[in-house]
Amino acid sequence: MSRVPFYLLVGVLMLTGIVMTVYRHVEFDVPWTPGEQREVWEVEAQVNFFANGGPVKVNLALPSHQENFRVLTENTASSGYGLSFLDDDSGRRAQWAIREASGGQQLYYSVQLLVAPDAEAPAVRPPQIPQDITWERPYDTAAQGIIARAHQQSADAFTFARELIQDFSGDRQDENARLLLTRFDRSPLIVRLLNQAGIAARKVDGLMLEDGRRRQALSSWLQVFDEDGDWVILNPATGEQGRPDNLLLWEASGQPVLEVQGGSNSGVSFSMLKHNEPAAVAVRNQLMNNTLLNFSIHSLPLEEQSLFKTILLIPIGALVVVLLRVLVGIKTSGTFMPVLIALAFIQTSLFTGLVGFLLVVAVGLVIRSYLSHLNLLLVARVSAVIITVIAIISLFSVLAYRMGLNAGLTITFFPMIILSWTIERMSILWEEEGPKQVLIQGGGSLVTAVLAYLAMNNPWIRHVTFNFLGIQLILMAFILLLGNYTGYRLLELRRFKPITED
Amino acid sequence: MWASPGKLKAKGIIGMNRRNIRYISRYNSRHLFPLVDDKLKTKLLAKRFGITTPDLIGTVTTQFDVKHITDMVAGHGGFAIKPAKGSGGKGILVIEHQDADGYVKPSGHRLHREDLERHVSNILSGLYSLGGATDIALVETLITFDEFLSEYTYEGVPDIRVIVFKGYPVMAMMRLSTAASDGKANLHQGAVGVGLDIATGTALRGVQFDRPRMDHPDTGHELASLRIPDWEVLLKLAASCYEMTGLGYLGTDMVLDRRHGPMLLELNARPGLAIQMTNGEGLRPRLDLIERQPDGANVEARVAFARHHFARRGELQVAS
Ligand SMILES: Nc1ncnc2c1ncn2[C@@H]1O[C@H](COP(=O)(O)OP(=O)(O)O)[C@@H](O)[C@H]1O
Ligand SMILES: [Mg+2]
Repeated sequence: MSRVPFYLLVGVLMLTGIVMTVYRHVEFDVPWTPGEQREVWEVEAQVNFFANGGPVKVNLALPSHQENFRVLTENTASSGYGLSFLDDDSGRRAQWAIREASGGQQLYYSVQLLVAPDAEAPAVRPPQIPQDITWERPYDTAAQGIIARAHQQSADAFTFARELIQDFSGDRQDENARLLLTRFDRSPLIVRLLNQAGIAARKVDGLMLEDGRRRQALSSWLQVFDEDGDWVILNPATGEQGRPDNLLLWEASGQPVLEVQGGSNSGVSFSMLKHNEPAAVAVRNQLMNNTLLNFSIHSLPLEEQSLFKTILLIPIGALVVVLLRVLVGIKTSGTFMPVLIALAFIQTSLFTGLVGFLLVVAVGLVIRSYLSHLNLLLVARVSAVIITVIAIISLFSVLAYRMGLNAGLTITFFPMIILSWTIERMSILWEEEGPKQVLIQGGGSLVTAVLAYLAMNNPWIRHVTFNFLGIQLILMAFILLLGNYTGYRLLELRRFKPITED
Repeated sequence: MWASPGKLKAKGIIGMNRRNIRYISRYNSRHLFPLVDDKLKTKLLAKRFGITTPDLIGTVTTQFDVKHITDMVAGHGGFAIKPAKGSGGKGILVIEHQDADGYVKPSGHRLHREDLERHVSNILSGLYSLGGATDIALVETLITFDEFLSEYTYEGVPDIRVIVFKGYPVMAMMRLSTAASDGKANLHQGAVGVGLDIATGTALRGVQFDRPRMDHPDTGHELASLRIPDWEVLLKLAASCYEMTGLGYLGTDMVLDRRHGPMLLELNARPGLAIQMTNGEGLRPRLDLIERQPDGANVEARVAFARHHFARRGELQVAS
């Protein structure tokens, strides 16, 4: 019987788990520890305009995930306006609309951005190069002159663009440039010239992020593509290549930033604030798109998320049980009963949980010993024990409440059916094999439950299981491996000790 | 307090994990388990193969029949009630004799009709059974063990456990009941285990609760002089259980009855490891040796092989 398929399976599980985990860390910046801090920018765009009294439509470009930044949450404030988000080829946009408005209007959009140095830029397609670029006289010769000159002094698309920009700036400005600038704005002009030379380019709008700034405006940048579809950002004023780290591209598809229909004097201004947040919070706020690798609990509604938080911990409890049984050799009453008790401890806190558990089981055992005189059928007897357990728990809750011990109320988190079976088993064990076995197995269960609790309640483990689903596969691989362990259990080293003594 | 794993390994001791993975799940196929996990099935199977087991007085299968238990045992003197799917001595009630006042356990403790009925009812509910499934109760005649054993055991029938691997008897021990084990010869209930030499059936060493023991805790009789008569017959009986069940790693429990001689009490698909303690030796070298033997040897050949190879040094001459 070959074990190869088994080890293959374990290997595949392990590898998939690790890859998924690392992928989430690298791609989505989910930190390894819950305490890590992340830089988050809060940017607010304020749209101002004067409404003409009729229907109004406002269309604002919105930032999306990009190099260096990831969009976390977005909010808008705009009383009376209907709002919809559009997401198509021309980027993400917000559209406000109202049937009737007059006077000064203010619309707010705010976005939280996570600074993610290794976030990658999404793929962008170069814009179409318009085919019919025509210049009126005398601009045509001026344009041709400039293009020819820049072509001479450059090697490829990017250096060409740089030369071109420098022709329009500072002391390099010649007559041709000055002539063209009398007729055109600088950025659109450069784009036009680049297109004329067969180079795809567009004007994009970006925001320089500086902590605490208010009433800022967007600045224009040039995005220039080469034949391979690679692109760079160029400063249209200086020709400097590359984007500054604190540049947030707000509109990156060559569309207008703001369009207002039914209003006048429109404008948008920006204020921004930087703060540090625990990384876990930042991650939670991340807008997740549901690709398979990015399969994440965070895409669920908050309530289900907190449920999953617990569910995803159960494998950790199971691992503790497997470790203790296979490697240590601890006996427990009911294989996974300790995990359920540990889950209850998470709700009750360890001390109250332990006290509550011991109280309920002890009182339950006393009552159960009376039931055993009544000669009942097993099912009836266990049912009676269940009712007894409920009664005990209710009694303790009320007593605890009366005495002002609110912690006592959490006792209701104990799984009552499981408790009842525990009591039933213990009491049989007591009758059959005496109190010693009850202590051994009961103690074993309790020790296992406490260890499982400590593992499941560890902040780091909670963080990791909740944020990296790949961990589940790794756990699975470990448990499979443990299921294949043929070595001694720790307690067997003691059990078999006398054999080695002669 | 603790032995090093290396030392245990050198002694050839196998642990629970190894037993489960390497022997039980490899040599005992799942679908054969019910044959031995259900004592009634084992009994019927043994009958077909001409192997004697204690006589069956009757079975109780429904709660409705529970009240007929006293009628059933009437006139039988001693008897034992056991769950068909029990293990480790759980749920076994041994009654040595009955009289007008009730039923007397080997300890002298007296039970009444209601106690018996409740016990049977508990058995049917599955209290003592593997996995808690509903069960049936078997009622057997009391085994009257061989006279010579009476100094070695206290208030209960001693039984002989032989581990049979691929049909070869590999290790044996006798289990003597004590006051602690309440008339049952199950080690973890406190019975004394005495390792037996496979070649001769003589005592090797005694163990109670996993600790060495020179004498019986209740009778005070020394254990070293123990020697099983008809040893070869008993080994053949054990070895033939391989053909009977098809289980490769098997624990056979046998008793020496005063009238019927060696009898099969029950079979075990997950025999415990304490037998290593009573022999002062690990199972591993013996199991390894058997694994290297070709299949197809008959019972006589297997028993002869085992007696030859597993004889303890110095005792070999006695065997041949
Ligand atoms: N018919 C019987 N008469 C007397 N003692 C018995 C009888 N059956 C079982 N016992 C005692 O109970 C012990 C356990 O019985 P066994 O059939 O092996 O069940 P288990 O599977 O629980 O070990 C035996 O070793 C023996 O001491
Ligand atoms: Mg037995």
